[in-house]
Order: sequence, then C-alpha cells, then structure tokens
Amino acid sequence: MEALNITASLGRRQILQGVSAIANPGELTAIAGPNGCGKSTLLRCVTGEIPYSGEVRLNGMNVAKQTPWKLAALRAVQPQTAEVAFPFTVLEIVRLGLSAGLSAASSTLPFQALEAVDLAGFAGRFYQDLSGGKKQRVQLARVLVQVWQPMAHGKPRWLILDEPVSALDIGHQYTVMDLVKDYARRGGGVVAVMHDLNLTAMYADQVVLMQAGRVLADGPPQEVLTAENLSTAYNCRVPVSAPAPAGLPYLLPQARGTAA
Amino acid sequence: MTGAAHGFDRRARARRLTVLLALLLMVMSVASLGWGAAGTSVWGAVADLAAGRALSPLDRLVLFDIRLPRLFLCILVGAALAVSGALMQGLFRNPLADPGIVGVSAGASLAAITAIVLGGLLPATVLSFAGDYLVAIAAFLGGWASTLLLYRVATRGGQTSVATMLLAGIALTALAMALVGVLTYLADDRQLRDLTFWQMGSLAGATWPKVLAAAPIILTALAAAPLLARGLNGLALGEAAAGHIGIPVQRVKNMAILTVAAATGAAVAVSGGIGFVGIVVPHVLRLASGPDHHTLLPNAALLGASLLLAADMIARTVLAPAELPIGIVTAILGAPVFLWILLRRHGAMGM
Repeated sequence: MEALNITASLGRRQILQGVSAIANPGELTAIAGPNGCGKSTLLRCVTGEIPYSGEVRLNGMNVAKQTPWKLAALRAVQPQTAEVAFPFTVLEIVRLGLSAGLSAASSTLPFQALEAVDLAGFAGRFYQDLSGGKKQRVQLARVLVQVWQPMAHGKPRWLILDEPVSALDIGHQYTVMDLVKDYARRGGGVVAVMHDLNLTAMYADQVVLMQAGRVLADGPPQEVLTAENLSTAYNCRVPVSAPAPAGLPYLLPQARGTAA
Repeated sequence: MTGAAHGFDRRARARRLTVLLALLLMVMSVASLGWGAAGTSVWGAVADLAAGRALSPLDRLVLFDIRLPRLFLCILVGAALAVSGALMQGLFRNPLADPGIVGVSAGASLAAITAIVLGGLLPATVLSFAGDYLVAIAAFLGGWASTLLLYRVATRGGQTSVATMLLAGIALTALAMALVGVLTYLADDRQLRDLTFWQMGSLAGATWPKVLAAAPIILTALAAAPLLARGLNGLALGEAAAGHIGIPVQRVKNMAILTVAAATGAAVAVSGGIGFVGIVVPHVLRLASGPDHHTLLPNAALLGASLLLAADMIARTVLAPAELPIGIVTAILGAPVFLWILLRRHGAMGM
C-alpha cells in the first residue's frame, strides 16, 4: 500500500503537507508521532474517510476509483472510537464483518475471532455494556472476520488499525499485537497508528515517524526510533535503550522474550 | 459451534416472531371484519357464501364497501408508519427519530390544511380533477416536498449530516406549525371542523379508491425496505465504519430517505396524523428480538398493521355508534408505552 504526496486540510488548517509513505505486505507498519502530528488524519485519508489530494494505492490500484464493497474485500479498518447505536450483542457486531469479503460462508468464524482476541464466551453479551478495552477487542474481532485470510487470490489483504491497543491492559496489548503480527507474517499487510513506542519498537517492521504533518523519518525501528529523532518529534528529551536511574522500577516489554 | 447452539442467536427468535406476528395479523384482520356497529357477522356471511346463498344487500355493503377497504387501509397505513419509523431510526442511529421529527408529517399536514382552507381558491378545473382527493393529494405532495427540501438543506457535497438534518427537521416542523396556526385563524367554522378532524387522524373515510391510491406507493416502499437492512445495520457502527465493511453509504441514505418520504406521505395522505406507531413498534421489537434490520423491518410491518387494527377497533367501539379519531387512540396507547420503555430500559437503548 502506498500513499503518494498526500495533502489534507481540516477547515482552513492544512494537516498533512505532502506525505508519502509505503507499507509492504508481510510487514507491520507503525505510524507514530506526537499528538496532532497528523497520523490519524493520514489514516483517514488512506481509508478514504476525508477528502485529500494525492494518491493512495492498494495492491497497485488507485483506492479512490474503487467501490466500497471491492475495497471491503481487500482491507478492513478498525476505528479509534466505536460507539454503536442500538443494543446489538457482541456476536451481532462481529457478524457485521462477515457479510462482506470472501469468508461470508463461515458461521464459526465470529467465534474463532472472539477467541483470538480473548473474548471467548462474550458472544451473547450486549456490546454497549462492555468496558472500553473489551469494546476495542470486539471491534478488532469484527475487523479480523472481514479479512480473515491474510491472502486472497494470491494478493495480500490489509488490516488498518487506529491505535488498536490504546484502551488495553498490558496483557491484552500483547495478545493483540501478537495477533496482528502473525497476520502480517502469514502474508497480510498491517498498518497501525501507535502511541506506545516500546510496543512499536518491539513489533513494527517499518516505522513512519511523523511531525507537524510531515514524515520526519521512516524505516526499520532500529533506524527511526533513535534518541535524536524522537527528541525532535516529541520536542522533549527521549533517551533510547537507557536503563532507569537506580531504584526506579521500569518495565521493558522488549524483555518479554528473554527468560525471567 | 453455532450461535443457535448457544441459545443466544436472536435471528432464530426473530424468525419465530415473524411467524407469530403473521398469525396475529390474520386473527386481527378477521376480528376487525366482524367488529362494528352494524350487526353483520363474518361467519354468517362465509356460511352464506359456502352454502351458495347470495349475501343480503346490507351484509354486502357493510363487508365489501365499508369494512374491507377499511381493513386494507388500516394494514397499509400501520405497516407504512411502523416501517418508516424503523428506517428513520436506523438512518439517524437514534431510536427516537421518526418521520414526525424530521418534518415529513409536518409538511404533509401543512399542505393538507392549506388545501382544506385555501383549496376553494384553486381554478375550477383543478378542483374538479382532484375532487374529494384534494386534501390527500396535497398531504402526499407536502410530505414529499418537505423531505426533499430537508435533504437539500442537510446534504453538503454528497454527505448527509444527521445532526443538521434533525435540527433542520425541528425548524421545518416549527415553521409548518406556525403556518398551520395562521391558516387556522383564516379558516371558517366548517373548515375548522374539517381540519381538526383531519389532524387527529381517521380511517373512517376508507374507500376502495383511497386504498388503490395508497397501495402501490406503500407496497413499493415496503418491498424496498428490506434491501436497506444490511446498510442500516452497518450504519449503526457509524458512517465511516459502514463504508469500510463495503456498504455504499450515500446510496443507502438516499434510498432510505426516499422510502420514508413515500411511505409516510402516502400514509398521512389517506389517514391524517396518526402518531406513535412509528416509534413504539420498532422499540418493542428491538426489545423482543434485537435491532437487526433484516428481521426488524418485516416484523415492524406486521406488528404496525396489527397495532393499527387494534387501535381502529377501539376507536370504533368506545363511543359507538360514533367514532373516536384513531390518532387519539394510538397516542393514548402509544405515549405511555413509549415513556415506560424509556424509564425501564434507558441503558439498553443506546442513547
């Protein structure tokens, strides 16, 4: 998926000033940056929610020229906030993802997806009675069901996620990141707006670091997430790979893979 | 492992409900035919027909020219109002949205009252062409025009803003009601009586021509409604998310607005202002079998028709041999139910 020279304005303010970025299938691409840098706006341009100039290409096709149902079979989008009108159950919400795409036949898929996001047994619950974190995982299950197989007809399919772990506890952050990372490993493309730089460093294959509507740096996390880049982007001192001062406890998600 | 095996798949329950509601409608229809001031019995007439005897002229008149057109009109209007309500609520993602709120009913009423009060000023050729249907035609055109106007106001660059549309509906309703007030002052005594009764809503004047005028429009709207089910389910997630699961959002919205305008305009034209059917019926059904529009829309048509038949029987009985306007009955039945639902299940309504 490619974004070519995207500019977009909200009201009179120009939010994106010529952003170009590429996300490859088989990889998890994270979009990071400070509040208001335009990362969510970039995502909304890429998904066609707001008008933009420039071009967005998905598997080589110009997205603007495709019908909603064709795009829905190729890519699923998880929104950041997700309130649902009317008292739908969790199962009914997840099933909404089913009716599009190539996986429409399966009736067990919603249950598999709920299990994958650690919500087995929640199918009959009312969506609006759930906590924010659970709602976020239900939405992820709906999105997963829509493009369940990472590849279709030899072409990759895409997950586009707006802060998929923002409301989750650390355990479920791992669950979700492992899940989408696995999706990428099996050939699909994943694009996620990320706030947590540790998780970004740990899971992303490519990082697009944005600042003030522009791409400040992009590439593998080792090259992008440097003290210099981050200090510029976030306008404060951000030491990288330095232990905390003596006595202060700190958590390092990256240490998860090593033996305790 | 399917939903049905877990016992919480509401689709199966909703389908059983469809069967029950269809049976209920049949029972209500037969009851409605046998119910009335004249002592005509449906079973007596059926027995007469079965035995090859001719019906008495009175029975024939009562059954075929009075009760049967009234039955059909009642079913058509009840179904149209309930389905319009369900469509509107799905479109606006709000269980309180109703054709009455977005100004369709107000526009229809204003046009109808204008016809009652100022109709005499029209050229004689128009009057003789419209005949007794002047008020009905005006109501239909008024509903249609107000929906289109509302849509123009609320749509910018191919996107309909739900908030703008609701607010514009409130403004339109206020304007229409103010003009109705002006017309009420202009009206003479006879016109005042006519327009008061029209506003209260009535099916008493049901005739075959009225049924045949309303049926094609309402049946087309009812047939189109299920095509919108998946789109409206998707809209519950929000417009953007609906687009991402492959729904042509703008097309769904356009079609829903047209369907509502057609069904409500036709219903208001032949029956005046009958309220609360469009709000209460979808509410009750959502509580019973969930908000999935695939089953909600057909079930709303069936329950709306049955409810209006029941209201009509009450309207015919309470003051017999005189009749209460049916709009009064639906308001008295519907408003407390509506308030009760709000009080009990506020959290589950998604407001």
